[in-house]
Amino acid sequence: MFPPLQDLYRIAPELVLCGFGLVIMLLAPVVPRAKQGVLTALAIGGAGLALGATQLPMWYPGPAYSGVFRADDYSLFVHWIVCGVAVLAILGSARYLHRESYDAGEFCALILFATAGMGVMAGAQELVTAFIGLEMSSISSYILASYKRDAPRSNEAAMKYFLLGSFATAFFLYGVALTYGATGTTRLDLMAKSSSAPADTLLKLGLGFIFVGLAFKVAAAPFQFWTPDVYEGAPAPVTALLSTGPKAAAFALLLRILANVEAAGALWFWALWAAAALSMFAGNLAALVQTSVKRMLAYSSIAHAGYILAAIAAAAATEQYESGIAAALFYLVTYALVKLGAFLIVAQLGGAGERHMEIEDFAGLARRQPAMAACLSLFLLSLLGLPVTAGFLGKFYVFNAALETNQSALIWLAVLLGLNSVIAAYYYLRVIVVMYMREPKQEIIAEPVPWTLSLALWIASAGTVYAGLFPARIIGFAAKAALNLR
Amino acid sequence: MLGLLLLRSEDYAWIRRLALAVALAEFAISLLLPWSFNPNAAGFQFEELHVWIPQPPIHYHLGVDGISLFLVLLTTLLTPLSILASWDSIRERQKGFFISLLVLETGVIGVFVSLDLFLFFLFWEVMLIPMYFLIGIWGHERRIYAALKFILYTMFGSILMLIAIVWLYRMSAEARAPTFDIPQIQMLLANGNLALSRKTETWLFAAFFLAFAIKVPLFPLHTWLPDAHTEAPTAGSVILAGVLLKMGTYGMLRFCLPMFPEASRRFAPAIAVLAIIGIVYGALVAMVQTDLKRLVAYSSVSHLGFVVLGIFAFHAISIEGSIYQMLNHGITTGALFLAVGMLYDRRHTHLIHEFGGLATPLPALAALYLFSCLASAGLPMLNGFVGEFLILAGTFQRHAAWASWAALGMILSSVYLLWSYQKVFFGGVTEARNQALPDLNRRERGILFVLAAFMLWMGIGPSYFTHRMEASTQAVLQLMQRPQAYNAGRMNTRDIIGMNPGSVGTAAMPVAATGSGAPARGSLPVNSR
Repeated sequence: MFPPLQDLYRIAPELVLCGFGLVIMLLAPVVPRAKQGVLTALAIGGAGLALGATQLPMWYPGPAYSGVFRADDYSLFVHWIVCGVAVLAILGSARYLHRESYDAGEFCALILFATAGMGVMAGAQELVTAFIGLEMSSISSYILASYKRDAPRSNEAAMKYFLLGSFATAFFLYGVALTYGATGTTRLDLMAKSSSAPADTLLKLGLGFIFVGLAFKVAAAPFQFWTPDVYEGAPAPVTALLSTGPKAAAFALLLRILANVEAAGALWFWALWAAAALSMFAGNLAALVQTSVKRMLAYSSIAHAGYILAAIAAAAATEQYESGIAAALFYLVTYALVKLGAFLIVAQLGGAGERHMEIEDFAGLARRQPAMAACLSLFLLSLLGLPVTAGFLGKFYVFNAALETNQSALIWLAVLLGLNSVIAAYYYLRVIVVMYMREPKQEIIAEPVPWTLSLALWIASAGTVYAGLFPARIIGFAAKAALNLR
Repeated sequence: MLGLLLLRSEDYAWIRRLALAVALAEFAISLLLPWSFNPNAAGFQFEELHVWIPQPPIHYHLGVDGISLFLVLLTTLLTPLSILASWDSIRERQKGFFISLLVLETGVIGVFVSLDLFLFFLFWEVMLIPMYFLIGIWGHERRIYAALKFILYTMFGSILMLIAIVWLYRMSAEARAPTFDIPQIQMLLANGNLALSRKTETWLFAAFFLAFAIKVPLFPLHTWLPDAHTEAPTAGSVILAGVLLKMGTYGMLRFCLPMFPEASRRFAPAIAVLAIIGIVYGALVAMVQTDLKRLVAYSSVSHLGFVVLGIFAFHAISIEGSIYQMLNHGITTGALFLAVGMLYDRRHTHLIHEFGGLATPLPALAALYLFSCLASAGLPMLNGFVGEFLILAGTFQRHAAWASWAALGMILSSVYLLWSYQKVFFGGVTEARNQALPDLNRRERGILFVLAAFMLWMGIGPSYFTHRMEASTQAVLQLMQRPQAYNAGRMNTRDIIGMNPGSVGTAAMPVAATGSGAPARGSLPVNSR
């Protein structure tokens, strides 16, 4: 039976993404190697179209496919993030693929499929559907992580990612099964209604497993051990994607469960709190001693997962979870823009085969490539949370949400967050010091920056400054999205 | 009102001229402020209010009062002078240098004029980055270390202040008047609509105070200052010492006192002790420095101790003296740093033993340096005397012991300043190559003359300045002096909250509240001017 048209509208972005992905896959063997640009262009078009197609679910909000999927402001918001990430990631990697002479078709198609999976996670209102989305995005990213086929690091990264990732998905699936056993449904909205016995051990166990699975996906401590190796080993544009899109989607799923299943809030609160605190310290302290920029950024993304978890803990602590969720969503936007930009710059500056990844290699960059240095500085300052950049407002809203709960546990978490920003300042500033204040030790020939990459970087930096100066619309929409989440 | 200019200059040869022109224009604009400033009004003037972010309500709210007025002028005065001072000495990456300097000016002015806590914090943090670059790129040998130390210290303090700001906002939201607006929050606190518990007030006070104390810097937190000052280029040191340090004392005056009066009162003795330690310790350490720039840096620790002491004596005269001393310190220490920088331009060293007998080759510099030294040491008829006298006079009326100890600092300051002056300028020329040093050129002379003129003017005609500070100082003290309203407000909210426990609790409450209020009122400085 053909599904009703409205249901199709509600998953329009996913359809577009998958459609373009398939077309690219089909075309890839027939397009000659010299003209791979066509495929990249097609992929960018596809992702852009998907971004535009988010209009359709906006016009037809509501549950689709008998309630397993839901198109609402919330899923829309996350769709914007993941589709935007896809557009920028493909834009930024167009030239990189050529330089490393990788197959563009497969690469782009996998990104599109992964994005579709993330979209499903964002909209899923049923745990098995969410699982399908999770698998779609995970499996695509496993392959993407190993895209440097002849590099052992990349293979190691992919293997690690795959093994640990499978464990995590298994945990998630167990959790889904157990919650089903406890509540008799896998649909979140029904679960909310049937949560007659929130103290049920089965439900607790199930939610616990789900939390572990998702905590792995967002790289929160103590499930973060794979992160630095995978992020370092994977090709830099893939890292850019991995550290933003899947994370946003997993957070989105976490939040949706949190908002719908009442028992989750009480049960997860301390887990969220501990994971937030641990991730901040684990990420920041380890990042302090890194010599490779890529690895440092990997650790910093663990720390940022901790900051977002702090906002979610604030949401879990009270009945009025909106400001916590809105803060988390806003933070995701700012984080995605910045992290993506930073990794894309690293990909470009690394040179062929990503040779120049050490911080020392960035010495004198301000003279060699002032625009790149300025861009990277902007991103680093935003990660640090300096005013006028988006990162500052992200942190500000997290503080706001944490203090709004008026609970001492969260106020302390806010203080820990503050301390961590100071620790983090040291290593972010160190890169800026090297770029602006040191002379290069060896001569590194600057590669010309392709226009696709500059476009992506322009978008990312403009977004960073825009969100830092005029956050009203974004935070307003995030608050609206958080409101109709349930 | 104040155009917050962000300058982009592309033309290489014209950069410094353009920068100078912008800075001078800004100075000219800021001169309009005292011109049309109404000295009798206590509130803020020239206010500008636009909604920036509707939710949470953050406004672009600017305005000046008697406290910030002259600090703004000081900033706009010192910036063109430091641009002039860097005219020839900055040879590399001029564009970046002058842009940093102007952004810095924007940030500092923003701090002084913003009347929205969020905006205040924004400027407070934004100005770190240009300063960081100024020290880190154009500084001396250990510049990177100094720049990092500077920024990490400041950030540590400011992040706690950010939490406190958000907390304060949350409190105001709970009082059904969510706002970041500084006058509004002060009003809420003063009329008791927003009542802080003793514990909350202490924490908030501590968070704000720590940020400001690091900036000032108050005694145990001062260690970033000598490094940052010594390593910074001349213009950086001038702005750092002249204006940035004042942001700390300004913050204390603007936030700590009027918003958290009880906590301020409670901690005042401890703070005064730290300030006095700072005064004496700074002076003693300055005495043994071998590096001229470091000496001036430590003298800042000592002088800022005076300012803090004056503020926390809670006396109208001493607070006025503190504001006055902030200006003095900006001008005299600015002049000293400029003069030291001019020496550095000639000899590329700051070490005292490299100099000696410089009065022979450099008579003009020697004369102007002496003038600044005397002003800094507090010679009557020059500005330093007025400020320190007001502070000591005010403090003495409250706490004679504090003032006596602090006066020791005044003596010590003349010791180390004159001592170093003697070593550098008097006697025969000790090093042969110092013999041929060229004296000040017209540009350098002009810079120092302008500052010397201010020193003289502020020394003999202080009433022009104090007249404009008076009303605002009184307003700060008035905000502090409302224990009745303050306690009454708290009582009321407690009544409302305490409804359910029953009437016993509510009956006991007023007694306790008035009991704690009475001694506080008795010991309060009822200003008598």
